[in-house]
Amino acid sequence: MEPLRIRDRVFRSRLILGSGKYRDYDEMVLCWEASGTECVTVALRRVDLRHEREQRNLLDVIDRKRFTILPNTAGCYNAEDALRTARLSRELGLGELVKLEVIADEETLLPDTAATVEATRVLAREGFSVWAYTNDDPVAARALEEAGAAAVMPLGAPIGSGLGILNPRNIATIVARAKVPVLVDAGVGTASDVAIAMELGCDAVLLNTGIAKARDPVAMARAMKHACEAGHLAFLAGRMPKREMAAPSSPREGRFTG
Amino acid sequence: MNVARRGGAGGSVRFTLNGEEAAAGEGATVGQLVDRVVRDRSRVAVERNREIVPRARYDSTAVEEGDVIEVVTLVGGG
Repeated sequence: MEPLRIRDRVFRSRLILGSGKYRDYDEMVLCWEASGTECVTVALRRVDLRHEREQRNLLDVIDRKRFTILPNTAGCYNAEDALRTARLSRELGLGELVKLEVIADEETLLPDTAATVEATRVLAREGFSVWAYTNDDPVAARALEEAGAAAVMPLGAPIGSGLGILNPRNIATIVARAKVPVLVDAGVGTASDVAIAMELGCDAVLLNTGIAKARDPVAMARAMKHACEAGHLAFLAGRMPKREMAAPSSPREGRFTG
Repeated sequence: MNVARRGGAGGSVRFTLNGEEAAAGEGATVGQLVDRVVRDRSRVAVERNREIVPRARYDSTAVEEGDVIEVVTLVGGG
């Protein structure tokens, strides 16, 4: 299979996994391995002033030769905070990558697309490779691309909801118009959701809760890997046209009955 | 939290560290703060009054009265 390319980064897997909500770091890494991912998202937060020294730091857990770290700006509710977060992650030595999220409100966790466009413009100018989380809105996706996003990441459904790909037609429209890679980010609940996203022509899928909160996360990670490959192969194969009515698969001619 | 007291009973500076009130001896540096809370400086990034303090300048950056300092690290997220 063709690798995933985003700017000058190349990944053999088209799955990007999160690092949140796992029972522990060991299970998280087992899931990453089972999924085949080569890119994982992380968040930035204040260090725990009293306990950080005794804790295992996430950077001690991630083998950076195997996994590229994609820091996010989750929890930012305005462009300025997202810029601060991206700059801090670069200062931490994570390079130019940023999964840019500017969230509009705490209840829906839906993106503030205007603020995301504004932050994309600034970060792109500063040399960041901006992977922009956005609504399933082709107009917003186009605006982000024009602002300099390296990839656009429309949601399948609200973050953490597991509701799947709620608006496949919009995702298909985003894919058809985009010149940068399109990744479905958020909403993936199970393997078929990944397959659908990939069949629609997405370049990759980013997910976290769908694996972390499965009854058996490692087994689900394996399922997601196969679904991603199957969906991508089906997209490349080109599906049959849909028809309104039935059409027999066996010949009408030569029937010897009735 | 009380950090990096230096110079005995000399003056102290009050500032905000990760959202908490903190105090340190006069002349305390960002480097001293960081060393108090983490084992490895490479695991954190620091903002002082919304400006990044590069790691190379931790030891030459003094903490001043009223500073707002954030020390951040990576955590799990999606």
